[in-house]
Amino acid sequence: MIRSDLRLTILTVLAGAGMVVAILFALVWAPDAVGLTRPETYAQRIIYFHVPSAWLSMLAFGVTTVAGISYLVRGQRRWDSLALSSAELGIVFTLAATASGSVWAKPAWNVWWTWDPRLTTYTIVILLYLSYFMLRSAIEDPGRRARFASVYGIFAFLSVPITFFSIRWWRTIHPVLFDAKNFGLSAGMRPAFFFSLAAFTLLYVVLLLHRLRLEMAREEVEALREQLGL
Amino acid sequence: MNYWRAVAAILWKDVRAELRTKDIFSSMFVFAVLAVVVFNFAFELRVPDMRMVAPGIIWVAVSFAGTLGLNRAFVIEQDRGSLAGLLLAPVDRSAIYFGKMLGNLLFMLVVEAVLLPLVMLFFNLSLLTWQHLVVLLLGTVGFATVGTVFSAMAVNTRAREVLLPILLFPVLVPVLVAGVKMTGGLLDGQSLAEMGNWLRLVVIYDVGFALVAYLTFDYVVEE
Repeated sequence: MIRSDLRLTILTVLAGAGMVVAILFALVWAPDAVGLTRPETYAQRIIYFHVPSAWLSMLAFGVTTVAGISYLVRGQRRWDSLALSSAELGIVFTLAATASGSVWAKPAWNVWWTWDPRLTTYTIVILLYLSYFMLRSAIEDPGRRARFASVYGIFAFLSVPITFFSIRWWRTIHPVLFDAKNFGLSAGMRPAFFFSLAAFTLLYVVLLLHRLRLEMAREEVEALREQLGL
Repeated sequence: MNYWRAVAAILWKDVRAELRTKDIFSSMFVFAVLAVVVFNFAFELRVPDMRMVAPGIIWVAVSFAGTLGLNRAFVIEQDRGSLAGLLLAPVDRSAIYFGKMLGNLLFMLVVEAVLLPLVMLFFNLSLLTWQHLVVLLLGTVGFATVGTVFSAMAVNTRAREVLLPILLFPVLVPVLVAGVKMTGGLLDGQSLAEMGNWLRLVVIYDVGFALVAYLTFDYVVEE
């Protein structure tokens, strides 16, 4: 696992190629959305990046939670390494989803930002996982860090759906905002959309494996240093 | 020892310690009043009627004061090394959690009981109805449920007290939103039945996270 192996190299190349094709699909091959103004038509193409990023951010934080539970049950350090690696990627994809959403919101809603339920929930998700990293960085003992991070990860992840519903009810005066995106996908868009989704998921898996390898290498170095008394 | 007797013993220990010093209560209460007064300055000139923002003021004041109290709960145990003693007691660890949680809950409720009449006086509101109290109680239970776990974690980190609000507030958002909504709704003359979805949300939050806390507290105090 720690040494670079051929399978990971192949996966990495595949993920890179997949992203190139996904970009071609999104920017060139996918048909224009109908019934939108010109800037909206261009901005609509973020859907091929935005939705996969949003989906992966949730998947990544889900993996963090499950890995945290596995750590608490089994007590093996690699589960904590997995939780950490996935949480980092989760933050990256959350920011990617937020930034791409902002690009779309400007022409569609005429603002970069609005307190729509999803945006608000996303802000809180970012804060939740920033707190997760602050908690980790404030603890030196690896065992305790792993335990606390796992527990916090469970609380954080479970609070996300409750937060989403609370904010959704809170903002019932703006139903238009979350219906606005609901124009559905025409048949021509679907290949591009699902290809992007698959390419991004592969990208996540590859990045996760690389990050995990890095984390394990770091731990090995740490252990070796301790052995040598450095 | 019987599980609930252990819980009661821990709660009673905290109450007695608090009755001797009144440290936690006095700082929580004064801070809550300060928060209300500061909000009064912060909003007064811009808000046509202070009563419009009163629900938010109540909940933020309660949350800030609650954070202050939660911080003390485990710092005291940690400083005197008494947490280690508690952990040696032949009871389930979750009994320690529920004892501490009920203590925090009680301190917050006492602060609220004194703060509420003051807020009524300041903003000319009527808040002493059972509906208001139910809403406040349910929100405070959620606060103490999650806060007690995080407080036990925060004292064991390098940053100690500083970390607690950062850990707590993002997880607490649903309780705050629901609390402000329901208190505001009641002030606008809505009945609790009309806000059943909010009530259910807070109950689910309280019960759900109490269960998670029960399952995970062992790992937080394990040494």
